[in-house]
Amino acid sequence: MAVRRIDQDHTRFRHIVKGRIKRDLKKFVSSGELIGKQGKRYVSIPLPQINLPRFRFGKNENDGVGQGEGEEGEVAPGQEGDESGQGLAGENTGEHAIEVDVSLEDLAQILGEELELPNIEPRGNKNLTTQAGRYTGISKAGPMSLRHFKRTFKEALKRQISSGTYDPDNPMIVPIREDLRFRALQTRKQPEASAVVIYMMDVSGSMGREQKEMVRIEAFWIDTWLRHQYKNLEVRYIVHDAAANEVDQHTFFHLRESGGTKISSAYELALQMMRAKYPMSEWNVYPFHFSDGDNWSTRDTEHCIGLLKDSLLPMSNQFCYGQVKSAYGSGQFKKDLDGAFRGEDKVVTTDIPDRDGILPSIKSFLGKGR
Amino acid sequence: MGNLTPELAAMRDQTRDLAKSYGLDFYEVIFELVDYDELNMIASYGGFPVRYPHWRWGMEYEQLSKSYQYGLSKIYELVINNDPCYAYLMRSNALTEQKLVMAHVYGHCDFFKNNAWFSHTSRKMMDVLANHGSRVRRYMDRYGQSTVEDFIDVVHSLDNLIDPYSPYIERGTDARSEAKERADSSNKEVQKIAAKDYMDRYINPPDFIKAEQERLDKRQEQAHRFPARPSRDVLKFLMEHAPLETWQQDLLAMLREEAYYFAPQGMTKIMNEGWAVYWHSTMMTRHLCQAGEIVQYCDTHSGTLATRPGQINPYKMGVELFRDIEERWNKGRFGADYMRCEDPEMRRKWDTGAGEGRKKVFDVRRIYNDVTFVDEFITPEFAEDQKMFIYGQDRQTGQYVIVDRDYTKVKKQLLKALTNFGNPIIKVADGNHENRGELVLQHEWVGGDLQLDQAQMTLKSLFAMWKRPVHIRTMIDGKGRLLSFDGKESTSQEIETDDPATGRVGTADE
Repeated sequence: MAVRRIDQDHTRFRHIVKGRIKRDLKKFVSSGELIGKQGKRYVSIPLPQINLPRFRFGKNENDGVGQGEGEEGEVAPGQEGDESGQGLAGENTGEHAIEVDVSLEDLAQILGEELELPNIEPRGNKNLTTQAGRYTGISKAGPMSLRHFKRTFKEALKRQISSGTYDPDNPMIVPIREDLRFRALQTRKQPEASAVVIYMMDVSGSMGREQKEMVRIEAFWIDTWLRHQYKNLEVRYIVHDAAANEVDQHTFFHLRESGGTKISSAYELALQMMRAKYPMSEWNVYPFHFSDGDNWSTRDTEHCIGLLKDSLLPMSNQFCYGQVKSAYGSGQFKKDLDGAFRGEDKVVTTDIPDRDGILPSIKSFLGKGR
Repeated sequence: MGNLTPELAAMRDQTRDLAKSYGLDFYEVIFELVDYDELNMIASYGGFPVRYPHWRWGMEYEQLSKSYQYGLSKIYELVINNDPCYAYLMRSNALTEQKLVMAHVYGHCDFFKNNAWFSHTSRKMMDVLANHGSRVRRYMDRYGQSTVEDFIDVVHSLDNLIDPYSPYIERGTDARSEAKERADSSNKEVQKIAAKDYMDRYINPPDFIKAEQERLDKRQEQAHRFPARPSRDVLKFLMEHAPLETWQQDLLAMLREEAYYFAPQGMTKIMNEGWAVYWHSTMMTRHLCQAGEIVQYCDTHSGTLATRPGQINPYKMGVELFRDIEERWNKGRFGADYMRCEDPEMRRKWDTGAGEGRKKVFDVRRIYNDVTFVDEFITPEFAEDQKMFIYGQDRQTGQYVIVDRDYTKVKKQLLKALTNFGNPIIKVADGNHENRGELVLQHEWVGGDLQLDQAQMTLKSLFAMWKRPVHIRTMIDGKGRLLSFDGKESTSQEIETDDPATGRVGTADE
């Protein structure tokens, strides 16, 4: 069968879906609704507006007729745990909200196109290689299922012409065993780049729920993009208040502590991690730090700047600091960083005043292609 | 024909002969055996794999495939109204299911051929749609895929604006009868009956004369209206009067034709499915089912008839109604005597041995559609037996609760949902609004408000065709409202209604 018609229509549909997502990316990002619907490789995206608009009755016309037991005022039967009935086919055009699965890969691509993110030139990949195999080679031995018909024919033709058994009036070619050619797997060493993202977040009292949600959304998109760029991506999470701890993803986004803030504790822990497991020669390292900009003391801030200058920066691709606006945060830390690292490409700082600030922030973090 | 295995072919012959012996009458049915993916594909095209290319079929396909893969739903059967009828059987179905489906299909095919509402549908639709398909492809080659696709999108969002009754009505729309109408209404003065002066007041009461004069004036005004009468076939109006390119006109005509072809299926959903279930259950239980197949049959059959809240199961409602009709006419429970009888005990035991049930159901399948079927045959007893109720959403819990079991209310609600396939009734009221060439649609409000955001967006589609400002008059929350789109912005303003009861806003009477 040639290309099926439905595949063409389906491709067209996917194309339109991508267009919609791209158009409404900002809305999707700031609502954060994608994150809850994340599967392993897919995100389910609700696209009610993909259904064409029509003159139809409003949703408040919600009553209808049903069948079954029950007194007036009781819950209509069969709502929970209802088995979806198998129906015989009908003309039912589903009017329900459409949810479309989009792979994280596609999503990253859309993000990249929309924010015009450059691809990252990975470094330090000399040691890590993978074997990528493709059937591009030719060999004389192999299974019949991989027989290369054209090549086999050519070989047989060559042999018959050179041995004089070829008759142009009766151009019959009979391949013998020696003529057979097979497609063969050609392995190529492909450099594989690995990357690690170290998220650090201030979980002191001043970081509220909304602030953490914003960090969560931002982290989701950063992950999505970096996963698209690197085959192998590790993610580590560090929370800190006055002291720093490594935690899992769930804890990272939900933990709430009170107490003071000592940012250097997190930087030190990150540094330990990097020294222990992520040498620059093999890893692309991305430390991200989110806080509302409060730090314990100016002395600690100086300590942080020292840590960055001496150790963290030389060991990472880029250091990113996102300052989320909160009701209590002074926002001083960003000013300090900006002051200390004026003209230093490797340090990117952004302000995230609200959810609409997420996309621009991502753009500045990832826009340099490091 | 078809690709049935010898076993299935034998089964088909047996079922066909059986169906014929019961008096079912159908075009030849060609069964094709397909796998689930092919079936999903065909279903995505509404049964016609030859249709024009459009992303919506692709969307449908993705949804069907996904829900099949997750085990949420599975299509058993698909049959299309054509001569010959094409029906698709899913390869993976058990033999018992195939038998059931075949019997079911013959029911549908009989219905397609004999129900009056299908009498105007083309029986060569497979060919028609294939032609449409190649024409659309040609336009795409010539004008670009997106251009054509955008226009199809516009038409799709308006394709419920047809008049499903129009194929059955000869309207005086030709030039001659229109001219005659105009001439008739050219009387500008009310003709008084000749009377002596002193009697004039009584023979020609001033109130009456005044009212008559108003009526005439209105007629007069109407004669200069465009269109002269509000038309429900909005697509036709656009086709004739919107400033379209010829290819757009052609496309619109094709899609309108398709909309009319599919309309009767929407108008007879309950009946058509009920009829098919009636016949598969009759044939399966009386003849086709082997003893060992009963459980499998019951499983499938009951799955089909399961009721769910939030929607009427047309299979269930239809078959129960047909059976009820059959029983009533078998026992003579119709006619004046029965209707007059008020003793419930007597009514329950009523049996005159009339034995006209089978004949009656055949008559019913010929002339009714869902609206008339439900209106005529749902009786208080039936509603009670079927445990029918009206449900509504509880505002606090969000759950659906039973609101009422009153028979008249249930029926009213049901009819409301069936009227015009549950779509709002919308007419072209004025094609030259304010003498500025603007288009005004009229929503005939009969108890349901339009969904506002959707309506505003649909107006944009309408604008894309009309290319001048477009409006729709409707009622929202009991107040008249005019929604407009002028090419730049959408507006919504309150307007006076002539008749607060129905919300008719300045409509000409038909």
